[in-house]
Amino acid sequence: MEVSTLEEDNCYIIALDGDLDVSSSIAFDKSIEDFLNQGNKNLLIDCRKLNYIASAGLGVIVSHLQEFEEKSIKMVIFGLNKKVLNVFQILGLDQLVNINITETEAKEAIKSNS
Amino acid sequence: MTHSYQFYCTQDSLKGVRTFVEATLKLYVISEIIVNQLILAVDEICTNLVVHAHQSTPEDSLEITIENKDKDLFFEIKDKNNTGFDWKTYQQPALEDLVKTGRKGGMGLILVNSVMDDVEIQPEGEGSIWRLHKSISALTPHARRS
Repeated sequence: MEVSTLEEDNCYIIALDGDLDVSSSIAFDKSIEDFLNQGNKNLLIDCRKLNYIASAGLGVIVSHLQEFEEKSIKMVIFGLNKKVLNVFQILGLDQLVNINITETEAKEAIKSNS
Repeated sequence: MTHSYQFYCTQDSLKGVRTFVEATLKLYVISEIIVNQLILAVDEICTNLVVHAHQSTPEDSLEITIENKDKDLFFEIKDKNNTGFDWKTYQQPALEDLVKTGRKGGMGLILVNSVMDDVEIQPEGEGSIWRLHKSISALTPHARRS
């Protein structure tokens, strides 16, 4: 899996491409650590090319939720395909994280929560 | 019909596990969502065995079999070298607790339990077998091309 990052419209965007399983979750976790080490408080997770997610990938997200709340960091996930969204729904994670369909909607969600 | 797949206990092998499960399930008319759930459940068990039971040791191996009987799918993951843990005493953590503690792990077995109708682990010799069962209400094989 490839993890890429960019900063755009006052947002730090982490883009995931491929399968997020136990071996690739390390790179994803590192990208979130890199985000936390810089000053931006708006995080978008671009999942438009995310094909599959296992619990290791979900665990990376869940493990940072408390810290995001404590540091007033806004995170929005967007572009989930129906299979990946279903996995979030099985766990009830779709109720705990902000999920949008498009990048535009995700950026609007970040702005509206500012 | 029974389909089998053996793989070494490395994290890189897990992609092959998912490919095998997907290819096998594509023989049947099952929704994409359910197929992904079943791939996920098998992946979670295999990941736990590879990472925790075998510490990603490439010399160790596991075997998966998938069998279809009428409307039921049976998945077995055989581990010849580990007796596994006591599934009956496993206590599923609450998602809220995982969030509060910032824990990365713990969701794999929650997913397996949610997806599968039955989950059990049985000792066999010096090892163990995970047995997962899923009933598919309209499980039919794809029509063969003439």
